[in-house]
Amino acid sequence: MNALKIMRRVSFVILIAVFAASLLAGKLVPYSHATQFREAPNSLPSGKHLLGTDPLGRDLFARLLYGTRISLLLAPAAALLSTMIAGVFGAFAGLYGGWPQRVVLTAADLSMALPLLFVLLTLRALLPLDISPALSITCTFLLLGLLGWSSSLRVVWASSRSLRESDFLLMARATGCSPLRTIFKHVLPNLRPVLFAQFWISIPVFILAEATLSMLGLGVMEPLPSWGNLLRGLEDFPAVSANPWKLAPLFMVCLVVICFQMILPAQEEVS
Amino acid sequence: MKSQFARLALAGILVFAAAPFWAQTGGELHFCLRGEPKTFNPILVDDDASENVRYLTGGVLIRLNRQTQALEPALATSWTVSKDRRSITFHLRKGLRFSDGTPFTSEDVAFTMRQLLDPATHSPTGDAFRSGQGNTEIRTPSADVVTITFPAPVAGLERQFDQAAIMSAHSSQKEMAVLGPFQVAEYKAGSYVLLKKNANYWKHDSKGNSLPYVDTVRLDIQRNRDIELMRFRRGEVHLINNLEADQFDRLQHDMPGITRDAGTGLDPEQFWFNLRPSSPLPEHKKAWFRTTEFRKAVSLAINRDDLCRVVYAGYAKPAYGPVSPSNHFWFNSALKNPGRDVDASKRLLAKAGFRFDGETLKDSSGNRVEFTLITNSGNKARERMATMIQQDLSEIGIKMNVVTLDFPSLIERMTRTFDYDACLLGFLNTDLDPNGQMTVWLSSGENHPWDPNQKSPATAWEAEIDKLMRDQATATTEKQRKADFDRVQAIVAEQQPFIYLVNKDVLTAVSSSVTGASPVVLNPQAFWNAEVLRVGPATNLGAQK
Repeated sequence: MNALKIMRRVSFVILIAVFAASLLAGKLVPYSHATQFREAPNSLPSGKHLLGTDPLGRDLFARLLYGTRISLLLAPAAALLSTMIAGVFGAFAGLYGGWPQRVVLTAADLSMALPLLFVLLTLRALLPLDISPALSITCTFLLLGLLGWSSSLRVVWASSRSLRESDFLLMARATGCSPLRTIFKHVLPNLRPVLFAQFWISIPVFILAEATLSMLGLGVMEPLPSWGNLLRGLEDFPAVSANPWKLAPLFMVCLVVICFQMILPAQEEVS
Repeated sequence: MKSQFARLALAGILVFAAAPFWAQTGGELHFCLRGEPKTFNPILVDDDASENVRYLTGGVLIRLNRQTQALEPALATSWTVSKDRRSITFHLRKGLRFSDGTPFTSEDVAFTMRQLLDPATHSPTGDAFRSGQGNTEIRTPSADVVTITFPAPVAGLERQFDQAAIMSAHSSQKEMAVLGPFQVAEYKAGSYVLLKKNANYWKHDSKGNSLPYVDTVRLDIQRNRDIELMRFRRGEVHLINNLEADQFDRLQHDMPGITRDAGTGLDPEQFWFNLRPSSPLPEHKKAWFRTTEFRKAVSLAINRDDLCRVVYAGYAKPAYGPVSPSNHFWFNSALKNPGRDVDASKRLLAKAGFRFDGETLKDSSGNRVEFTLITNSGNKARERMATMIQQDLSEIGIKMNVVTLDFPSLIERMTRTFDYDACLLGFLNTDLDPNGQMTVWLSSGENHPWDPNQKSPATAWEAEIDKLMRDQATATTEKQRKADFDRVQAIVAEQQPFIYLVNKDVLTAVSSSVTGASPVVLNPQAFWNAEVLRVGPATNLGAQK
């Protein structure tokens, strides 16, 4: 077994472990992520609070596990949505060329030209206020999924374009295969490695986008934790440098992003 | 030989004795402005940075002592106010000169007042003097006497002159000729303002030494608070105003003796419910918010002591009225802190027709009591307070959501669409006098946040506040004004249109190389007495770690 395969397996195990820990958060920590121990704000790690507490006295370990659950559940969902949009429209544009290609690529270029962060800020501000935190975070990731497809689409389009003149598509067309059947039965299966790669790449991108929105106070609503609003606690660098265990959320994000990158298929495998 | 030795010894003693004095005269005082000054014209000042420059350069007839909160003679040696409070006569100091050498006379006061009151100049400072229809009459019977008669009584008349920096009527330098301790020497947009000592400044210390002590003041334009703090730590700036509690705590830990807690500040943090009748809220929510018992119950359920301790690290005091205890004259000491009382809160809710369904509070129609509190994103303290209030209110069965919005979106909802349930913000009180908050308290005011620009008062208590605020503005005695405003405070405590949370402490830091500093709660906090501040020569850059 070569080193890459070992690394991939280790990464996969780590991801499964992180995912399982986040799902079992209620069993692993006796406190809710929202319980405020007001007599012990910013406390040091102890038997009671493994990673200490945040400025409001909330258990940081509990918040990290619950935050991991939210980010790891919703970021892949958003990635799936954006990859599906990119896959269908990218394949369609690449396969048929002409005006459909122009329309789709112009839309993608326009989408890429838009400052995504500001668009998200505006859309987030337009959402009704009286929605629950859970719905709010779902909306946030839905917006990320709906707006974050453009770069994936370019990749999918380039790959599907190279398939356009392939013999198997010529055969399919010659046998009277309908355009939809051609896309779903012949093109998309051949684009599977590319789509997988785009899916895995998008997950950390969306995790970090949510983190950015949370850094601006526009991500996940309190008291729900997410990696984004946990990372916000790192803004205060002097406080963090004196209490390095507060870097745990950053460590977790880096670990998960690296693991996702490790299990991505390599370029040569994709091609 | 002996006498030579004695002389040498005496000379040595004299040198050492004089050293501290040398060390503390001259030099440059260094601190930051948190924005670009928009103007150096004192009558057009409308931003904090320009206000700071005006404070340091402008000469005024009467100065509000920031420490005692009493009015003191400045360019005027004395003044008398007529019984009807329409007219004020100043007796001016003789022999004073502007920084450019032009003499100071009553004509300069008349010129300044005309400029301030000229509608064409749109002077924000002049607005405070506009008391009614008609012209203001200014008479200058002699070079050192001036009488100003307003068309109607001006509330807190003398106090308004603290903001009115006198300009020269004859100087070719226009507004750059000043009577204050410093004058603008250099300005590089986006970078710094350099002030130099005004050689013609009239004030001297008790030993007859001319003031100010420092030769120059360098005001670096620095919007980033973290960079300002870093530069302070490196010894590149001498003073910082308005530190955050966590910054203050860390500085106190790292540099003991540097930090100064000036006491409870004037600016409260508060939240309010949207009481706008035409807002797009559901009717049942409007009904909750309009109910006084509901507002009082919410107020009683909030643990303000915890807010002060947890969010502000103890550098704040619970607030339960519109005026901070630091505002010595206007604070209504008869108001009592009701403290936190969850049981009393539940009783009030029951009295108002709310009922508990398990842990959930419902109104008489069965609607779950749930509302959303908005605040501005990026303000950590407000976000933390909101999260703590969220937990406090859950104890009385109320579900509160917290949404942070960027400031323009927040203002849009507050002032145009009225599409919000409740809002948490802080107000700046730059003036001790309640007249400065007229637009907040009058129901017709545009800053009356819970229901602005009312054509007629929506409630009886708002009508009473309107009347009291107008009465105090025209009252002829300070005692009557105080009585009127005390009643306003009592009504606000009873009706809770604002649910006051905390009054933050004014936290400052002063370098150890600066002597004479005694920060106060009033602006400009750490440098209110800049003219008597001394900077030691040991203020080598990078000297402090």
